[in-house]
Amino acid sequence: MSRRAFRGGIHPPDRKDATSGLAIERAPVPPSLTVPMSQHLGAPCAPLVARGDRVRRGQVIGDVEAMVSAPVHSPVDGEVAEVTDVLLASGTRVLAVRITPDEVQDLDRFEPLAAAGDERARVRASGVVGLGGAAFPSAVKLSPPKDMAVTTVILNGCECEPFLTCDHRAMVESPARVVAGGRAIAGIVGAGRVVVGVEANKPDAAEALRAYAGDGVEVLVLPTRYPQGAEKQLIQAVLGAEVPHGKLPAATGALVHNVSTAVAIADALEHGRPLMERVVTVTGRVERPGNYLALLGTPVSALIEHAGGVTAGAGRVIAGGPMTGMALADLDVPVVKGTSGVVVLSAEETAPAVIGDQPCIRCSRCSQACPMGLEPFALGIYANRSDWEATERYHALDCIECGCCSFVCPTRRPLVQLIRRAKQSLLERGAPL
Amino acid sequence: MSPKTPAPAVRPHVAPSPHIAAKENVTHIMLWVVAALAPTAIWGVWNMGLVAVVLLVSCIGSSMATEWVWNRLAGRPQSLIDGSALVTGLLLALALPPRTPWWMGVAGGIVAIGLAKMLFGGLGWNLFNPALVGRAFLSVSWMGVLADVRPFPGGWYEALDVPAVAGHDAITGATRLAIASADRAAGGAYGVDLADHYAPLLLRNLEGSLGEVSGLLLIAGGVLLIAKRIIDWRIPAGYIGTVALLSWAFGSDPIFNVLAGGVLLGAFFMATDYVTSPMTPTGRLIFGCGCGLFNVVARFFGPMPEATTFAILFMNGLVPLIDRGLRPRTYGWVSRRG
Ligand code: SF4
Ligand code: SF4
Repeated sequence: MSRRAFRGGIHPPDRKDATSGLAIERAPVPPSLTVPMSQHLGAPCAPLVARGDRVRRGQVIGDVEAMVSAPVHSPVDGEVAEVTDVLLASGTRVLAVRITPDEVQDLDRFEPLAAAGDERARVRASGVVGLGGAAFPSAVKLSPPKDMAVTTVILNGCECEPFLTCDHRAMVESPARVVAGGRAIAGIVGAGRVVVGVEANKPDAAEALRAYAGDGVEVLVLPTRYPQGAEKQLIQAVLGAEVPHGKLPAATGALVHNVSTAVAIADALEHGRPLMERVVTVTGRVERPGNYLALLGTPVSALIEHAGGVTAGAGRVIAGGPMTGMALADLDVPVVKGTSGVVVLSAEETAPAVIGDQPCIRCSRCSQACPMGLEPFALGIYANRSDWEATERYHALDCIECGCCSFVCPTRRPLVQLIRRAKQSLLERGAPL
Repeated sequence: MSPKTPAPAVRPHVAPSPHIAAKENVTHIMLWVVAALAPTAIWGVWNMGLVAVVLLVSCIGSSMATEWVWNRLAGRPQSLIDGSALVTGLLLALALPPRTPWWMGVAGGIVAIGLAKMLFGGLGWNLFNPALVGRAFLSVSWMGVLADVRPFPGGWYEALDVPAVAGHDAITGATRLAIASADRAAGGAYGVDLADHYAPLLLRNLEGSLGEVSGLLLIAGGVLLIAKRIIDWRIPAGYIGTVALLSWAFGSDPIFNVLAGGVLLGAFFMATDYVTSPMTPTGRLIFGCGCGLFNVVARFFGPMPEATTFAILFMNGLVPLIDRGLRPRTYGWVSRRG
């Protein structure tokens, strides 16, 4: 087996110590939940309930007839307070169902999924999406094009974003479920091999998983480097193959799912359990950092409060990790399926002050760090001039927005921002992705 | 659980990702370069005294002042904080003989920053190394003055009988390189043993530019920058390796040719300037080898034995070509570029 490292990458301080040893702990039921109808990539769901309706934990409250979408379930027993527009962490406004939970909750109980249909249909019905942050509907990924044979299921246990430890805890606490999910996925797509990729900074996770490996399941420890957990980079690190430009990852024979997603898929298939909650790493400048199992729809502010509130100096609150997450303007946004973390940083910890005019000094740190082999310095210069044709020639659309280039730039040029702007302009002008 | 004291409130500060950045910034990088050159400058001042101080102050002062004034007049934000003008001034001073009059140091700084850097658009936009442009300007304008590398009393040359070197009288122009080249031209008539020069060139050399006072200190500074990953080893390795190999091939002493003249200062500190060197590892190796090639060719066959400046400037001019030829291949693409 050829195993090759991906190109470029960076070693940001991982800052995981605060939570990597803390067992997952359930966060309390908040007084009100806001459950958005769009917590995934793809078509938003239409609400199936109205104000005043009683809902049961696990009941479908939103769905839509669309290939790329995922239904939404009520995380609690309760009553629909309203169906309204809300703001999400991503800054977009979507329809959401606001639920007032009953005083008494039995969170061990839920409305199980209908046992009908094949496994893909049941995964779709469970509402499971990629829990690593991308939130792509998992059922769609389980249906690769017919002309592409998936031979290897790669379970992504890299968790390369600094601070985040929710996947780490899932691997340490439920290794059997991770492996069961991997086997289930391999069974659905007909792959003979499951590889769980774990970064070397999580030896306890690799150790726990090994007890369940064998019989087509391997645990592969990868040298720690960001962005190892990006799909294309992980495929390159595990298989030594690159996903051809414009093709699906399945073109390499690989299918990548996050380890926590694998657990959710196993739960859906074996126990008929819909996706109603997820583990969120709340860390940084909070009193009591932890890995909290939060009901979807829990306000971020409630989660921070459960973590004892922020400590002195807190300046930025990020949904997700610090490399790719979103800074929150409003802390009442709800936890959604893709919320892997809530990271509170101080002003000093966030990207330090800008130096002078931010000129490019041609140090080449960005191009050497870019895992996609791009030339971010050139993209930045062309994007700054609104020369979109040039950004296309320099393959702006291949940028995965991992942030490595901005991270390393010694003059703090806002490279990712500039490249995002270029991508947006190119897509608006109808460039093929 | 009831909230006890009200927790400190966050007034969330919003900005696009990534939210963290490497600690290292451009000012740190420039200060490391200064730190790597500081022992050389200090040892130069120790041995050459006040003239060296005057040269350092005039070059650095005029470089920084030129940048400040230019920004002021052009209405651009001030940029001295990035430290690059300081480095340019320091490199210029180290590339000049210590007896260079202060007003030439000032002129060199003005040309380096004004002509070679700010006129091109400031830091990052210049094609040629500013310090070398400053030095080239001075050596073209006042050739005789720069050739005056008369050392201070007690210099090694006094003991040697060198009647007429390359058309100059024995007092001026007698760098070790010039002696070596005259000796070579005369078929070894002076009986110069180049190996005798290793120790002074490494430890204490008073004939040549201020920065040539100790090869050992330059090497130490260069190694420090390589270890700190501030410069790419490929440029000095390609440069020095080529100089050694070619001078050996031309029948001269490779070690002497690496240590003498501006090769070490050029290879570690001038050719490694980010702005004026290639962006890819392979490009940097090619660039370093090219500098070495032109340096040796000019030294052995050209009119001036001190060819470092022009070799690097020439290669600076080729950088856009080297970069264009070596663009990286994008992940998932078969050919280099669409
Ligand atoms: S954000 Fe884009 S350009 Fe920057 S390093 Fe990542 S892939 Fe490369
Ligand atoms: S890291 Fe910044 S300064 Fe260096 S080449 Fe890239 S854009 Fe230019």
